[in-house]
Amino acid sequence: MKKLINSVDAIVTDTLRGVAAAHPSLRVDFENRVIYRRNAPHQGKVGLVSGGGAGHEPLHGGFVGYGMLDAACPGEVFTSPVPDQMIEASKGVDGGAGVLHIVKNYTGDVLNFEMAAELCADEGIEVASVLVNDDVAVQDSLYTAGRRGTGATLFVEKIAGALAETGAPLAEVARLAQEVNERSRSFGVALSAGTVPAAGKPTFDLSDTEIELGIGIHGEPGRTRTTHREAREIARLAMDAVNDDVPLSGDTLVLLNGMGGTPLLELYIMYGEVAAYLEEKGARAVRCLVGNYVTSLDMQGFSVSVCRLTDELTRLWDAPVETPGLRWAADRPHG
Amino acid sequence: MDTSFFLAWIKEAASAVQAERDHLTQLDAAIGDADHGANLDRGFAAVRQTLADTPPQTPGGVLVQAGSALIRKVGGASGPLYGTAFRQMGRALGDAPEITPADLVTALEAAQEGVQKLGGAAEGDKTLVDAFAPAVRALAQAVRDGAKLEDALETATAAAQEGAQATVPLQARKGRASYLGPRSVGHEDPGAASTALIFAALRRAAGQA
Repeated sequence: MKKLINSVDAIVTDTLRGVAAAHPSLRVDFENRVIYRRNAPHQGKVGLVSGGGAGHEPLHGGFVGYGMLDAACPGEVFTSPVPDQMIEASKGVDGGAGVLHIVKNYTGDVLNFEMAAELCADEGIEVASVLVNDDVAVQDSLYTAGRRGTGATLFVEKIAGALAETGAPLAEVARLAQEVNERSRSFGVALSAGTVPAAGKPTFDLSDTEIELGIGIHGEPGRTRTTHREAREIARLAMDAVNDDVPLSGDTLVLLNGMGGTPLLELYIMYGEVAAYLEEKGARAVRCLVGNYVTSLDMQGFSVSVCRLTDELTRLWDAPVETPGLRWAADRPHG
Repeated sequence: MDTSFFLAWIKEAASAVQAERDHLTQLDAAIGDADHGANLDRGFAAVRQTLADTPPQTPGGVLVQAGSALIRKVGGASGPLYGTAFRQMGRALGDAPEITPADLVTALEAAQEGVQKLGGAAEGDKTLVDAFAPAVRALAQAVRDGAKLEDALETATAAAQEGAQATVPLQARKGRASYLGPRSVGHEDPGAASTALIFAALRRAAGQA
C-alpha cells in the first residue's frame, strides 16, 4: 500500500490540520473533531449537522459553509463518528432555531446519531433528523439494513442548507430535506476496490475483466459482479436500475460522481451517456455536477444520482453556496 | 465477584481484542468494511485508560464506565452496541459491591435486551446476537443447575464460540453485511467473533479470581 500519510492512526487528525490550514472560512475543533463554519452559530437559523466516516471527501467537511452545512463530524475512515462529536457539533451550531441532523442510512451512523439526538434533547437542543436512503441497489429492504445513503446526501445538504439560510423553521427544513431524499435515487459501479489504510489492501478483488454493480460508499462489495463492458452499456445498467425504481421524467438534477480513483475524463464520458439515456426516456438533466463529491477513498468507479426537480428545488439548488467543495454565486445560477 | 473481578474481565477482553485485532479486521473485510478489529481495539484501549484514570468503586461502576467509553470512542455500529451492552449490565448491577452468578445472568440478559432493542437484530440475522444469546442462555442454565462459576462460564464461552461459528452459513439480515445478500454466506460474522472473545475473557477472569 502506498498512501500519502504520516501514519495510519493519524489520518483523520492530519486531514483536519490540512482542512484548517486551507480554509480560513472554517473553524476546526481538533479535540472533538468537528468542522464548523467560522462564525457558527448563526442566530435564528436552523443549524445543519452531518457526519460520517472519513474517506468520502469532500463529503461532509467540504460542504460546510454558507448555504450548506453548519458543521460536520468526521469519524475514522469508513467508521461512523461518535455521539460526543455530534452533540458538540449540535451545541456549536444551535442558534436557537434547532438543529437538523442529516444521516446516511448505515447502521453505525444511524445508531450513533440516534444516541446523540436523545442526549441533545436532554440538554434542551431541539433536533430533527433526516435519513438519506437513495441507493436503489439494495432491493429487499425487509431483509437488510435498508437502502443506503449515498450521492443524494449532497442534494439534501445543498437544498436544505439553502432553505435554512432563508430563516425557515426546523420542521420546514426537515420536511424539505425529506422531500429531496424521496425524489432522489442513486446507483454505483466499481471497477476496483479502494484500500482502507488500516487494512492495507483493497477491500475486495476484481479482475481486469470484472466490474461490481450496486456498490455502497464504504468499500463494501456490491450485490453482483459482471463482466466489464463499454461505458454506454455500464451507464445503461446503472440508469436502468434507477429508472426501474422510479420512472424518470421531467426536469432532473444529476450528480455523476467519481468514487475517488477515476479520471474526470471517464466521468464526462459517463455523464454524456447518462444525459443521452435521460433524453431517451423523455427526461432532462437541467442541472448537473460531474466530479468527485461522495468518494470511497481511491475506489475506481462512479455513482449516478438523479433528483426529480420541482420549481422550489431548482430555485434552492441555484441559491448561492460557499463551501470548499461546492460554490457558486446568486447571479451565476449553477447550470 | 467484586470490582477487581470485573476490572480483570475488561483487561482480559482488551488483551484478547488486541491480540485478535487483525483477525477481526480480516473477517470484517470479507463481508463488511475491514475495520472491526481496529475500532474495537481503539475502544478497549480507551476503556483501560479511563478505568486507570478514575477507578470505579463498584462492579456496576466498572461496566457503566467501560460502556460509556466504548460509545464515545469506537464509532460504527459496534460502539453503540457493545457500549450499550456494558452499560445495561452495569445498570442492572446497581451499586452492589459483590455480584452472585445469578446477578451476572440477570445483568447479561439486560445487556442482550439492550443490544437487541438498539440494533433490532434477532438470532439468525448474522450479528453478534448469534453468539451473545446462546452464551447467555447456556450461562443461565448452568447457574440454575448449580454449576461452579468457572464451569458455567466455560459452558457459556463454548456456546458463544459455537454461535459465532454457526454464523458462517447464514445470510446477513442486519448491518453492513446485509447489503451483500447471498454473498454474505460462507463467512463468520465479525461481531459474533468478538462477542465470543469477550465471553472467553470473562471465563479467564473467573479463573484468576
